[in-house]
Amino acid sequence: MKKLMLGNEAIARGAYEAGITVATAYPGTPSTEITECIANYDEIYSEWSPNEKVALEVAIGASFAGARAVCSMKHVGLNVAADPLFTASYTGVNGGLVICVADDPGMHSSQNEQDSRHYAKASKVPMLEPSDSRECKEYIKKAFEISEQFDTPVILRLTTRISHSQSLVEIEERVEAPLKAYRKDPDKYVMMPGMARKRHAIVEERTAKLAEFAEKSDLNSIVWGSREIGIIASGISYQYAREAFKDASFLKLGMVHPLPEKLIAEFASKVKTLYVIEELDPFIESFLKERGIPCTGKEKLPVTGEYSANLLREKLLGIKEEIYNNLNESVPVRPPVLCPGCPHRGVFYVLKKNKLTVSGDIGCYTLGTLAPLESMDTCVCMGASIGVAHGMEKAMGSESARKAVAVIGDSTFIHSGITGLIDIVYNKGTSTVIILDNSITGMTGHQDNPATGFTIKGEPTRKVDLVKLCQAVGVERIRVCDPFELDEFSKVLKEELAAEELSVIIAQRPCALLKSVKYKGLVRVNREKCQNCKVCMGLGCPAIVDTGNGIVINDALCVGCDLCLKVCKFGAFEKAGDNNA
Amino acid sequence: MRNLSVMIAGVGGQGTLLTSRVIGAAAIKAGYDVKMSEVHGMSQRGGSVITYVRIGSDVKSPAIEKGEADILLCFEKLEALRWLDYANKDGTIIINDQKIDPMPVITGKAKYPENIVQNIKARFKNVYTIDALDTAKRLGNIKVLNIIMVGLLAKSTGIPADTWREAIRETVKEKFVELNLKAFEEGYKIAGCMLELSN
Repeated sequence: MKKLMLGNEAIARGAYEAGITVATAYPGTPSTEITECIANYDEIYSEWSPNEKVALEVAIGASFAGARAVCSMKHVGLNVAADPLFTASYTGVNGGLVICVADDPGMHSSQNEQDSRHYAKASKVPMLEPSDSRECKEYIKKAFEISEQFDTPVILRLTTRISHSQSLVEIEERVEAPLKAYRKDPDKYVMMPGMARKRHAIVEERTAKLAEFAEKSDLNSIVWGSREIGIIASGISYQYAREAFKDASFLKLGMVHPLPEKLIAEFASKVKTLYVIEELDPFIESFLKERGIPCTGKEKLPVTGEYSANLLREKLLGIKEEIYNNLNESVPVRPPVLCPGCPHRGVFYVLKKNKLTVSGDIGCYTLGTLAPLESMDTCVCMGASIGVAHGMEKAMGSESARKAVAVIGDSTFIHSGITGLIDIVYNKGTSTVIILDNSITGMTGHQDNPATGFTIKGEPTRKVDLVKLCQAVGVERIRVCDPFELDEFSKVLKEELAAEELSVIIAQRPCALLKSVKYKGLVRVNREKCQNCKVCMGLGCPAIVDTGNGIVINDALCVGCDLCLKVCKFGAFEKAGDNNA
Repeated sequence: MRNLSVMIAGVGGQGTLLTSRVIGAAAIKAGYDVKMSEVHGMSQRGGSVITYVRIGSDVKSPAIEKGEADILLCFEKLEALRWLDYANKDGTIIINDQKIDPMPVITGKAKYPENIVQNIKARFKNVYTIDALDTAKRLGNIKVLNIIMVGLLAKSTGIPADTWREAIRETVKEKFVELNLKAFEEGYKIAGCMLELSN
C-alpha cells in the first residue's frame, strides 16, 4: 500500500519496520514528528527525554542492551548530545543505533543554520541523507543494517524540506529485531583511556571500511544524462538540481560520510563541467578540492539559506526567471506573534512597563522580542537565559540585577535551565529568574515534558514540582503568580527585583491552545467608553485592531482571555457573549 | 498527465496545513504522484504560512518556484499579494476576502494596502473571491473555512467531487467529517456559480 507521508512520518514508519523497540527525543522543529509518530506504535517504548543529551544516552543504553534504538533531534540538539555522540562512536553498538538529526537551512524555526554533516566527520560516524519520504523510510532501515554490520552509531541527516515535505511511501511489514544478548565487555563499553586508545584505532579502521562500502553501496548512484554537465548532490539539493538540470548527469550521494572517493573521481572524469550542489557549507566540495578534483560550488552558490531550482538556474546557468506579475506594492511583513490568549503576553507587558533588561530563551516566548512588547534583550540557546543573566550581573555589579530578569519556559528550564540556576545559587548571584510555566512544550506543537505529569503516550506520571525543584537546589525566594493578574504580578516582580538575593518567579498559566483551556465569551469594545488612548495596543494582541476610527475586536481571533479588560482604565472592553461557535 | 502546482498562502492558525493534506490525498486517489512541502514551528504562530502541493506524473522537487503555481489559494488578502509572483501567467487565484492585520499594521508601523483584490484582478484573468469566513460562520464553526476553500479549489482541478469527499473523510478527524463535508459542498457550490458567471 502506498501512502502520502511527511519525511518525519516515513522515518517513524521505517524505524518501526526495522524492528526498533526504543525511541527517544527532545522535541525540536523540524524533527519533532519523528518521535510523535513513533509513539503511536505500541511495540515501541518511546519517550520525551529532558534534553537531547539524555535522549541519546538512553538510546545508547538501549543499544548496549541489545535493542535497535533511534534518537531524534534538531540540529542544535546535536550540540547538546555531542558529548555522548563522540564517545558512542568509540564504543560502537550492540543493537543498531540511529541518530536522526534535522537541519534547518533558511532557519524557519531555529536560532542558527549549522550544518550537521561536520559532526559526522568529526565524530567519525557514518551519515546518510535521504532526498524524499520514500528514501527516509528506506535509508533508516539501511542505517540500522550499517550500524550493526560496522558496529557504529549512524546519523540520518534531514533538512526542513525533507522532514516537512510529503511524498509517496510504500508501507511494508515490521520485521522484529529480537533483543541481542548483552555481554559484559568493559574493553568495548567502558571508555577509560586504556580502553579508548584501542577503540580509537578500531574506529579508524572502521572508517576505512565504511569508505570502501560507500564505493559500492547503492546508497550512492549515478544517473547518466548529457556528459556536458555533471552534478554531485544529496538530500533536497538533489531534487532541486533534477528540476533545474533536466539533461545533466547526476551522482546522487545517499551517504555523505564517509564519501566514495573513487566513485566521485570516476564521475568527475567523465563529465565536462562538474557542479557540487549542497545547501549550507561546502562539505562535499571541500572533499573534492582537497583531492584536486576541479568543481564549481560555493564560488557561485550561497552558503546561507535554502536553495531552489530557480536559484540554481540563475546562479549556475545565468537564467533569471522573469517576474511579470509583481505589483511593486510594499507588502507589510507578517512576523509570527504570540497567540490571542497567550499567557506570556501578561509577563512581557509588565516587563516592558518596568523597562527591564531581559535575557531570554528558546520557545514561543522568544516572540516577546518583537513589537509592541519588545521586551527581550538576548536569546542564544536552550537554557542560556539564566547563565546570561548571571554573567551580566557579575560584569556590571549586583545593582544591575535590580533591573534585569531571565525568562525561560518550563520545558526549557528542565532541558538545561536548572544547571544555570544551580550556578547562581552556588556563586552567590542575585538575579530574578521568571519561569514561564504554560504547562506544555509550546512552540514545537504541544509535547508533554517532565513538568506536565504525562508521558509521550499520554499516560499519567509523576510530575516534576518546579517549586520543590528550585527549593532543593537552594533557592529561598520562590513566588508563584498568575501573569494575567497584572497588578499582583507587577507587585511580586518589584519585590523580587528589589531583593538582593536570587529569586524565582513561576508565572503560571496554561497555553491558550491547550484543549483544557476554555475561556468563556468574547470581548467587544464599548464605543462610548473607549477614549482611543491605545494603551491596549501595547499588548500586541492580534485580535485588537486599530481601524483608524477606533479600536475594534476581531472576533475571528479573540478567545476571550480578558487580558485587555485589565489594561483599559476606561472599562471600554466588555464581554460580548459567545458568538463564535 | 498534466502537472498541477497548487500553492496555499495564509496566516498561521487558519488551517492551511489540513487543506494541503486534503488536496494531496485527493490527488493520490486520482492516481497522481504528489509532493507537498509545509513549514511547521514558529511561523505557525500567526505568521505568514505557505504550503506547496505539486501534482504530476513524476514530481521531483516538493517546492513551487516563482511563476509556477497554477492555482494560488489565498486564505487572506495580504497573503495573496505577498505570494502573487508565485502564480503563473494564466494561473487561477482564489482569494478569501478576509483581512487579518499583521503586527506592523496593528502597531501603526505599516499600512495595510488598499484595493488588493482589484489590483490583482487587473493583472490576472482568473481571480475569484469569496467571503469564506462568513460562510463558515453560517455553518456554525469558523474553523471549517479551510475546507470551504478546498471546495472552491476542487472545481478547478478536474478531480471528481466524490474523490474529494473521500479524501476529506480520510483526512479530517472523525467527529468533524460531517461538518467538513458540508463545508466542502458550500465551497464547491460557490465555485460552480463563479465559473458560470465568468463564462
